[in-house]
Amino acid sequence: MVVISDIIVQGVQMLLVLLLAPLLTGYVRKIKARLVRRQGASIFQPYRDLLRLMRKEVVLADNASWLFRVTPYITFAAIWVAAALVPTFATGLLFNWTADLIAIVALLGSARFFLALAGMDVGTSFGGIGSSREVMIAALAEPAMLLIVFCLALVAGSTQLSTVAHFLASSYVGLRVSLGMALVALFMVAIAENARIPVDNPATHLELTMVHEAMILEYSGRHLAMIELGAFLKLLLYVSLIACVFFPWQIALYGSGALSYTIGAGAYIVKLALAGFLLALFETATAKMRVFRVPQFLGAAFMLGLLGTLLLFVSRSF
Amino acid sequence: MSAVALQMVCIAGLLGLAVLAIALSRSKTATAVIYGATLAVSAIALIGALRGLLGGATDATTLTLPVGLPWLGAHFRLDALASFFLIVVNLGGASASLYGLGYGHHDPAPHRVLPFFPAFLAGMNLVVLADDAFSYLLCWEFMSLASWALVMAHHREPGNAKAGYVYLVMASFGTLALLLAFGLLAGPAGDYGFAAIRAAQHAPYAATLVLILMLLGAGSKAGLVPLHVWLPLAHPAAPSHVSALMSGVMTKVAVYGFIRVMFDLLGQPTWPASVVVLFLGSITAVMGILYAMMEKDLKRLLAYSTIENIGIVFVSLGLAMAFQANGLKMAAALAFTAALFHALNHSFFKSLLFFGAGAVLTATGERDMDKLGGLIHRMPLTSFAVLVGCVAISALPPFNGFVSEWLIFQAVLQSPELPQWALKIMVPAVGAMLALAAALAAACFVKTYGVTFLGRPRGTAAETAAEVDRFSLTAMFILVALCLLAGILPGLAIDALAPVATQMLGSRMPAQAGQPWLSIVPIAESRSSYNGLLVMVFITATASLAVFIIHRFASHALRRGPAWGCGFSDATPAAQYSGVSFAQPIRRVFGTLLFHARDHVTMPPPGDVRPARLRIELHDLVWSGMYAPIADAVGFLSTRLNHLQFLTIRRYLSLVFATLVTLLLVLAIWS
Repeated sequence: MVVISDIIVQGVQMLLVLLLAPLLTGYVRKIKARLVRRQGASIFQPYRDLLRLMRKEVVLADNASWLFRVTPYITFAAIWVAAALVPTFATGLLFNWTADLIAIVALLGSARFFLALAGMDVGTSFGGIGSSREVMIAALAEPAMLLIVFCLALVAGSTQLSTVAHFLASSYVGLRVSLGMALVALFMVAIAENARIPVDNPATHLELTMVHEAMILEYSGRHLAMIELGAFLKLLLYVSLIACVFFPWQIALYGSGALSYTIGAGAYIVKLALAGFLLALFETATAKMRVFRVPQFLGAAFMLGLLGTLLLFVSRSF
Repeated sequence: MSAVALQMVCIAGLLGLAVLAIALSRSKTATAVIYGATLAVSAIALIGALRGLLGGATDATTLTLPVGLPWLGAHFRLDALASFFLIVVNLGGASASLYGLGYGHHDPAPHRVLPFFPAFLAGMNLVVLADDAFSYLLCWEFMSLASWALVMAHHREPGNAKAGYVYLVMASFGTLALLLAFGLLAGPAGDYGFAAIRAAQHAPYAATLVLILMLLGAGSKAGLVPLHVWLPLAHPAAPSHVSALMSGVMTKVAVYGFIRVMFDLLGQPTWPASVVVLFLGSITAVMGILYAMMEKDLKRLLAYSTIENIGIVFVSLGLAMAFQANGLKMAAALAFTAALFHALNHSFFKSLLFFGAGAVLTATGERDMDKLGGLIHRMPLTSFAVLVGCVAISALPPFNGFVSEWLIFQAVLQSPELPQWALKIMVPAVGAMLALAAALAAACFVKTYGVTFLGRPRGTAAETAAEVDRFSLTAMFILVALCLLAGILPGLAIDALAPVATQMLGSRMPAQAGQPWLSIVPIAESRSSYNGLLVMVFITATASLAVFIIHRFASHALRRGPAWGCGFSDATPAAQYSGVSFAQPIRRVFGTLLFHARDHVTMPPPGDVRPARLRIELHDLVWSGMYAPIADAVGFLSTRLNHLQFLTIRRYLSLVFATLVTLLLVLAIWS
């Protein structure tokens, strides 16, 4: 019985992230539009976009190899597996011991690795520029992310995400300097990883401002749908990560009844809405940086993560 | 026949093959005969070593031969640590021999390679088995000379003579350091057997000196920064299967020497020693991968990446030393096992990548990645194998590189237990350096694979490439399978390494075989666990599900057309991103400081038809700051002392007399 309910919770979680991800992106776009006094598309527009793309035929460049065709599925799968391992409304998922936070970071790294390769596959300059900048950003964002993981792991005594969330939700951790630093750093990394405004513009089609968009320039049809869905999922993953680690209020603990699961799910939706609103506000209020300002931005995140980790090495009470 | 005797018979067989190769040097069949026989002998030695490690035969077997120093004899001993490194050596040897069966046929001068190949393998096997200082040094030097001969195999190619010279100088320097280290270890009594050294008490100053000398000796062979300069010259100069052995295996033999002395012969490591090792290891990891990022020659890039991985292994060993010195047994076992596992993994994927580079070299005759491209269409199997190698070396799940780096990160997270402040401050920084190195490695191999195998061909060599022969492909795909297996079943490897940790540290990691679903749990499940098998199953399942659903319910129409490229599509292949341009952002972020990198762009004025030029200036600060001054000083002294060659007989006699008087005076004052 227990196993069956575990599997149900895990399955609900996987479907939930998949269904909610486009909604979150649509919601952020809507808020951004309203903030600049535009009407904006419906928040369900991303779903329609995905369906439209799936029904279209794929136009493949003459030079595209098999790698180009399998990459969308690999990246989507890697991101979906990573997103399924982040607790959203409940901790103690069935398969949470398959991968810890470090592995989740590495899974996202795999997705990026293949996407960057696909960007170089067709052999246009745009793909190259996108991949080249993407790996430069990743080379700084990934270590920053790992240091944030170290920070959390030293506070919670584990790199297992469910255990971390459980620990931070159930005991009185209090305000800690190191966790504050980790939160700021994680926010910066999330901005960079999701190609949001100060680092990269998700809505641009001006060549010189593109990073992520330049990589996937050659994609079309169902391949593009998969990549877009992966990008939506990634945003949801980072928001869920921040929510479950730093704001674990009302998250259902393992083995609690259906009622607390429902409450947890409701709280999760509220958190998403709040996070999406803040993200839209932040994006509207800032301007995009030059590409070579990004290393400084991410270097700050890296240093914050390192400082937090150092403080915890000095004393566990920070 | 005891286990060590079997290994010695195999070594004798390899040496016999070296002699046979000289005899056969002019015959057509020599290549096939020698590589085939080397494959067979390596396989036997590998099975013997595997039996020793997995069969639980943890008690060492010894063998004494009546050669070497007359009062000592030559001692050989096979224990758990030696068994593990014999596995690394012979697995590398077997795969390189298999690869050589195909690759060797393209060699313009096989008689320059064939005799030294088995000799080199024999030398590495002997170093691992040696049980007294004299045999150890003799075998070490034999290994260095055999590999030097292989580096010089194609001595007419530009740059190879310099590579051989630098290698010879550095190897001699390293052996000198080892000689002094063993002299200190043997103490005033001068007993050179390892058993006696183990039993002796070493003074603290001797232990410190031995650490420094071992870092110089083993570190120069392994490629620790700043002793790494010979490695990117020598490794690529050898034929590709030998490059694989030098990078994947010989560096591990150096690591073996370091472990043997630090953990075994010296007794307990001390914590200040671990600070030095951690510092050097982390610098090596980051510098190595940054050098690789700047490099456009395929094989040199792989050699630089070896430097990075050796840095990671040394960081892990440094952590093990720190934990062991403070009596944190479990954490020490974790870090030590992680170091060995990473050494094993690195030998897998580095050999694989060198084989891939060799295949590219065979097919195109080109090592400069900026002249290649589009090989994925021409060499589908090779490009698949190399892709796996690139994913594994970038430490991405579910392959093996990720597992060992994950274990090292878990060891880093154990470090707040350490009492010393120096280590408390040091280890987080080292963890950050490791994270940086891992991320840069992924960037570096995106560049390598993307520029070499993807895109459009940048020259006729790449356009006309053809797939390589079956032997090479078989060797590559065996390594692909090993990379995957070690990544999804790491628990088995960790359990197999337990006897080594027990022998060196007196503790081991918890048994992994009984974990549900074949997970690995380094300390306790509440702390952390990882399951490569399930990660792979999940990714495969979700990807297949996505493919199935889309192709079943949505469109599966497909049309080929010219590339879009924002409408700008008739550019020449030369307009693609090359390796140099791909690395430009990272060169600008990191290289400005570390390599004094500058881009000089000369744009002709409007109306001028000259092409614009981009010149990139990079300085190897280690070379110009350390090696060049030494070389200059040696040159300066030599020219000064040159005058002594042209003296008259009277002056020579007075010189001799003056020396005699001086020495007598010194003696008189001394006593």
